[in-house]
Amino acid sequence: MIETIGVIIGFIMILFALMAIESKKLLNSIIFLSMTSLLSVVEFIIMKAPDVAITQAVIGSGLMTSLFVFTLMTMKKSGEK
Amino acid sequence: MKKFVAALLTFTVAFFIFSLLYDSQSFFPKYGEKDLNNTISQRYLEKNTDETRPYPESGSANIVTSVVVNYRGFDTLGELTVLFISAMGVALLLNVGKERIVFRVKPNFILKAGVRIITGIILIVGIYIFVHGHLTPGGGFPGGAMIASSVLLMYISDDKFKEKMKAFNVLEGTSGVLVIVLGLIGLFAFNSFLYNFLPSGEIGHLFSAGLTPILYVLIGLKVGSELSNIIGNFLTQGGEE
Repeated sequence: MIETIGVIIGFIMILFALMAIESKKLLNSIIFLSMTSLLSVVEFIIMKAPDVAITQAVIGSGLMTSLFVFTLMTMKKSGEK
Repeated sequence: MKKFVAALLTFTVAFFIFSLLYDSQSFFPKYGEKDLNNTISQRYLEKNTDETRPYPESGSANIVTSVVVNYRGFDTLGELTVLFISAMGVALLLNVGKERIVFRVKPNFILKAGVRIITGIILIVGIYIFVHGHLTPGGGFPGGAMIASSVLLMYISDDKFKEKMKAFNVLEGTSGVLVIVLGLIGLFAFNSFLYNFLPSGEIGHLFSAGLTPILYVLIGLKVGSELSNIIGNFLTQGGEE
């Protein structure tokens, strides 16, 4: 049962990773990347590694996502003054 | 066409890896079927959490913590050094000055009100995680990153917010020096670097596991202040001090 859930989550992770590469808007890309690392937190919990899961939740989907969003907010489009 | 070839290559490599790993003749056991009784990790588990022993070797309830901080404490010191060097590189390479970068999009009311509620909670959870690192999952690195993320939230919500860079620098330096001093005490008095010389106490209590919680608090403070400094450096501009 729990292995089936793990496999399904793995496939959804691959799907989100592809969408993060292919999406046209940068903000959507960041959100899909964040979804991928959030799902990997679930995978780590299924594999009984709560230490890694906490670190991944904080750094992978918390800090990195906000840093990316942050950088996007300060960036300017080319041609815009 | 290029994407199609790339996908085909990836799936071929994945197929070979999985078919080799899960072959019936391979040494790699299937997930969840590894017999842990004859491996070395079982010995470490028994040494640490065996309650019938008069003195458990490290006495921390979380075995990962005792591996990270006790058996491989020197490695953790190396990781701290890597983080310190990267923070220093950011500070040197970026044109860090006094002026704060202002975002194009103004922070709205919901963000401001929400951050005011949530920052304290994130700070408290971060501190909890590195104080209880020897009892529950987590430890110095995630706790420090949580503190840094609360600083980041303050930056996003408030246009005028600027952290006290000096205080963070002092905190980072002091905790780093204290880790090395504790390690040197172990080296000169007990013949091994970062030796766990305090009494280990009873497993499961807050004041147990000897040196481990002290080291984790110091690591957490160091990581938190370093990451906050990196975030602060990313958001300042202007050459003159």
